[in-house]
Amino acid sequence: MKLLLENAHIEGIRYYEIYRKHGGYRAAEKALKMAPDEIVEEVKKSGLRGRGGAGFPAGMKWSFLAKPEGVPRHLVCNADESEPGTFKDRYLMEFLPHLLIEGLLISSFALGSNLTFIYIRGEYAWIVDVLEQAIAEAKTNGWLGKNIQGTGFDCEIHVQRGAGAYICGEETALLESLEGKRGNPRIKPPFPAVQGLWLRPTVVNNVETLAAVVPIMNIGGEAYSKIGVGRSTGTKLISACGNINKPGVYEIEMNLSVEEFIYSDEYCSGIPKGKKLKACIPGGSSVPIVPANLLFKTAKGETRYMNYESLSDGGFATGTMMGSGGFIVLDEDQCVVRHTMTLARFYNHESCGQCSPCREGTGWMYKILKNIEYGKGKMSDIDLLWDIQGKIEGNTICPLGDAAAWPVAAAIRHFRDEFEWHVTHPEEAQTRNYGLAHYAEPLSTVTV
Amino acid sequence: MSEQTPKFKVTIDNITIEVPAGTTILNAAREIGGDVTPPAMCYYSKLEGSGGKCRTCLVEVSKGSEKDPRPMPKLVASCRTTVMDGMEVKNMTSPKVVEARKGVVEMQLLNHPLDCPVCDQAGECHLQDLSYEHGSSTTRTEFERTTFSQEDIGEYIQLHKTRCILCYRCVFAANQLTGKREHGVLMRGDHAEISTFIGKALENEFIGNVIDVCPVGALTDKTFRFKNRVWFTKPVDAHRNCPTCSGKTRLWMRGEEVFRVTARKDKWGEVEEWICNDCRFHKKQASDWVIEGPSKIDRHSVISQNHYQGAVEAQPELVNEIIGKNPKLLFDIHEVSDVNREEIDLSKINGPAHSDNFLANQKAKHERKLKVGRNK
Ligand SMILES: Cc1cc2nc3c(=O)[nH]c(=O)nc-3n(C[C@H](O)[C@H](O)[C@H](O)COP(=O)(O)O)c2cc1C
Ligand code: SF4
Ligand code: SF4
Ligand code: FES
Repeated sequence: MKLLLENAHIEGIRYYEIYRKHGGYRAAEKALKMAPDEIVEEVKKSGLRGRGGAGFPAGMKWSFLAKPEGVPRHLVCNADESEPGTFKDRYLMEFLPHLLIEGLLISSFALGSNLTFIYIRGEYAWIVDVLEQAIAEAKTNGWLGKNIQGTGFDCEIHVQRGAGAYICGEETALLESLEGKRGNPRIKPPFPAVQGLWLRPTVVNNVETLAAVVPIMNIGGEAYSKIGVGRSTGTKLISACGNINKPGVYEIEMNLSVEEFIYSDEYCSGIPKGKKLKACIPGGSSVPIVPANLLFKTAKGETRYMNYESLSDGGFATGTMMGSGGFIVLDEDQCVVRHTMTLARFYNHESCGQCSPCREGTGWMYKILKNIEYGKGKMSDIDLLWDIQGKIEGNTICPLGDAAAWPVAAAIRHFRDEFEWHVTHPEEAQTRNYGLAHYAEPLSTVTV
Repeated sequence: MSEQTPKFKVTIDNITIEVPAGTTILNAAREIGGDVTPPAMCYYSKLEGSGGKCRTCLVEVSKGSEKDPRPMPKLVASCRTTVMDGMEVKNMTSPKVVEARKGVVEMQLLNHPLDCPVCDQAGECHLQDLSYEHGSSTTRTEFERTTFSQEDIGEYIQLHKTRCILCYRCVFAANQLTGKREHGVLMRGDHAEISTFIGKALENEFIGNVIDVCPVGALTDKTFRFKNRVWFTKPVDAHRNCPTCSGKTRLWMRGEEVFRVTARKDKWGEVEEWICNDCRFHKKQASDWVIEGPSKIDRHSVISQNHYQGAVEAQPELVNEIIGKNPKLLFDIHEVSDVNREEIDLSKINGPAHSDNFLANQKAKHERKLKVGRNK
């Protein structure tokens, strides 16, 4: 079932007329007739969880919003999407800008935000134009601006471009950046729901989360909560990339098995050249990598599904996380050490540098990984890496520290032999761009 | 504090204390004092918004509160976490904290040049104290350390970015004292650096205070640069009639010569009252000042060896371990040092010890040298 991308293929759906013709703004019509709290209630009922990475229930976040008398509140849409492997928001905004605008309008109305922002990744420059055009169209048609559809509710949406920092996707760094300051994450508490943008109560949600409010209004929270399984309700956008035949953005119901997602023709269509699957990072670069033998089946031998609970089954020892849905597939020829090094370089580059464990630790891990990858590592380096990641995790201001530590920890946990191979085969490590070829041998060679 | 502020009971390392609601764990621990107090490298009670960054003050909350006794899942920054009624906190009694803190210290030293021998801050440096008390004795990094070039911030202040631990104190100080955002951080991650916008000299009558808030030797007083080691100078409290500031300062003297003027600091190393540039940089004659007497220094450092007020006594086992000497300064320099000599009982000297105390008995020194030689 598709709730978000249903109409994405329609020619010209980017423009108001066509979007409207295909049922656009009907959810807004419905919502504007409701009381704001009723909308919050619907979203709560739907069980919608934040799509930006942490999976925090959106309705609950909304109900935490402080409402002091006389203080304006804000809604901020997090469109910074900078996590390696994640490119779902881009697709959504590029093809269905009005879906986001409609979601923003309903959410702004529900939360009482007269001034709503879209903070967008700076590199998405052309999407800024797409969004601004959509905003202008929505305004012309009375869906934004003053006295929207005669309800007396005013709402403006501004698009603000970031300047190329991953850390500005962290909600409090985003708010700092939006205020025109250096994008350093704030120390919490206070949470944005109490003191956010300009110290006013603020809700920050991901693009996909806010877009999902539209189908929730259309079909009702109750019906939405029936899609998917357990606490993973509704549909989720997955951006799939790496060694697969059909990379792209897919909308899935969260009762789809991981195996089917990789091998079915409807989704990734298997691995090119008949290669074997080695590992997968199912939720964007920050989540732990899982080897093939733990990807399709959990440690308990149960089928693993594409949802929050199932992917994290087994904790970090044998599981991973849903994250933001950046699904990265590695085939048998990929080198886990090199891959981990690349991620470490990314986090080193993107740390804001406020807290010492993350600032120094990310660089240290990168340098050690570089040594190992280029055949200059020692066996003790592997233990050192393990120790460093443990010193970073949980000891920092924002989750970027954890995000930098987890991939390293998981790579060592599951692929230690490959790190050791690099140490014991320094020459080969330099001439080959992959580690243990056919590593997948002892693992399952699953095909559908 | 108004009378209505309720009091909360908090237990830190098994010591219970009552503090007004809204107090941070760190400040509650400071009330108790001694080793129960987590080290703080970035928090500065006089600077709004400071804290939370360095992570040296991490503690374990083993019980959230009376109402919600669940422990907190992660270690928390004690400087930015307020106490709840019935909260139980572990600082030095938590192996997790000790381990994490060791990690933080290691990270702070990772790209530090370790140039204490040529650093003006040596002897009163919080990073020295921190690594001494909470770090390990060896380093595990084998990589070249990040370097930055030195920079002059105005006529009197020099910035050594290599020594900077990015605590942001100077940024808060510059912003809050001068009301202008000219001093800040450029770049990010391990290439973040303190700088002025851009290469601008900071011209403000109070800007010299950034030197005092800096916990390390990153911001130093150019009028004192390489003139003397702090432990050879004797701190005395003094004042003058100053039209700009309170004029209450601390002079660092050797004989009759004033080597350096700083603000007075409390036992947590925090400035008591900001002083102006004129007092700090230009009043270097003893005759400029009314001298009140030797300063009492509470911090652990070589200036105040064994003199700090209200010190927590060392555990006896530790004392035995280190040949009957008080811990804290337990580098194995006793055999060869001119400073730690058995015949000098530091606690008998009035005020902080100073170089004259060690020079007094040249004969003893000579004999001692002979003795050391014979031992070998
Ligand atoms: C380093 C870092 C980067 C992040 N980047 C993004 C991002 O690009 N987009 C996003 O929606 N959330 C991002 N997040 C998560 C946000 O902090 C926040 O949780 C999210 O926007 C909340 O929205 P949601 O509840 O709808 O998921 C990031 C978090 C961290 C720690
Ligand atoms: S964890 Fe890293 S990115 Fe986050 S605040 Fe600390 S230094 Fe900045
Ligand atoms: S220069 Fe000193 S005060 Fe400023 S951030 Fe660096 S260490 Fe802190
Ligand atoms: S003093 Fe608390 S984090 Fe630095």
